[in-house]
Amino acid sequence: MSKLLIKEKEIVIPGEKIAEGMDFLPSTGTFREGESIYANKLGLVELKNHITKVVSLKGYYMPKRGDTVIGIINYIGYSGWDVNIGAPYDASLPVGEAVKERVDLLRGDMSRYFNLGDVIIANVFNVTKSKIIKLSMRDYSLKKLNGGRVIKISPSKVPRLIGKSGSMVGMIKEYTKCDINIGQNGFIWINGPIEGQYLIEKAVNLIEEKAHTSGLTDRVKQMLEEGVKNE
Amino acid sequence: MSERPDGRKFDEMRDIEAKVGVIKKANGSAMFRIGKTIAIAGVYGPKEVHPKHMEDPEKAIMKCYYNMYSFSVPERKRPGPDRRSIEIGMVMKNALLPVVNLKEYPRTAIEVFVNIIQADAGTRCAAISAASMALADAGISMKDMVSSVAVGHVNNEVVVDLNKEEEDVEGTTDMPMAYAPRMNKITLLQLDGKISKEKLKKAISLGMKSCKKVYEIQKKALKEKYSNNGE
Repeated sequence: MSKLLIKEKEIVIPGEKIAEGMDFLPSTGTFREGESIYANKLGLVELKNHITKVVSLKGYYMPKRGDTVIGIINYIGYSGWDVNIGAPYDASLPVGEAVKERVDLLRGDMSRYFNLGDVIIANVFNVTKSKIIKLSMRDYSLKKLNGGRVIKISPSKVPRLIGKSGSMVGMIKEYTKCDINIGQNGFIWINGPIEGQYLIEKAVNLIEEKAHTSGLTDRVKQMLEEGVKNE
Repeated sequence: MSERPDGRKFDEMRDIEAKVGVIKKANGSAMFRIGKTIAIAGVYGPKEVHPKHMEDPEKAIMKCYYNMYSFSVPERKRPGPDRRSIEIGMVMKNALLPVVNLKEYPRTAIEVFVNIIQADAGTRCAAISAASMALADAGISMKDMVSSVAVGHVNNEVVVDLNKEEEDVEGTTDMPMAYAPRMNKITLLQLDGKISKEKLKKAISLGMKSCKKVYEIQKKALKEKYSNNGE
């Protein structure tokens, strides 16, 4: 007999029983012991068919293969860069994955391409078991982001910031007339009028605080409308 | 039957207050008060390991620091780490290790700092309870929570949660214990004094019962933090 003990969107703490029986499957943030499924982390329960998942409310970004992330160059090496992507580990970006032209490593000055503090948008190419992260920029949309600045949100709240098929971020763009790039790692690159940037920051803070409540889009919309009026 | 110095029943703990998210800059934090004993825990990480040679490519390492402030006791304590606090740090680490999934964070360090701002016996138990809540608040993957309370043998009676007055009675036996309720495992059991076999069994079962009560308070505190601002 399988049954669910916790409703969807409810908060669970580590070790709390979510479901009983073999009809449910564990996924990220949950694990099975015996016949029951328990939570691994503090977070919200999500259910998809019979797969249980706990989305944590806090914590560092844990890179996954295929994620598009925004990173800040942290270190220039002999044949590549180390990039801060908000994970506990720096990711490495080799020259071959970043620059299209042929680079003579002996003569080339690597900071020609990316200098310390530059913001890039890249793809997580590989993550090994001991969390060695390789980035790649072999795609037309992956590039260096010039100007602007980076603000942060916790990675678990990125889906709320983007909204259903980009509704939330689309709305924010419309009101603030700013460029926004959101990485899966919770880094947000913004550029545009300073009032708009200020509004985005306020909106991001609001989402960060109220991400687990319903009617978030309306609340953000209201805030943006007020902000635009006050200008 | 004679009562305890502060009028409690033999199986009655002092009043407990638990709060999560008390330190802004920490990844996770918690305050745990039992009677007059107050512990504040902060968790930082997972982050890079320093010194580098302590790094483990397969799992995270955990560091626990226990510190008692100089004003926490009636007579000023010499500030800084001493033999006792280093030992309690180790004891805390051993009590928490069985529940933390260190394998999820290879090559990192998780640092737990606990400060005692007011001490009235049972500080290591308060420290462990607070640390466990702070770890959960930091979004760190755990198999279970750890709840902790001291039991003892005072004036020929098995009692729970001794205060300083009871601890100082001649011939008192003090037994701090930590317990993971879901796994039904005792992760810490120390014994200071003498106790008979029967009384020991009684004390352990009383401790486990009390730890379950502590667990409920920890659970409530963790859940409250996220439902409060959710409306």
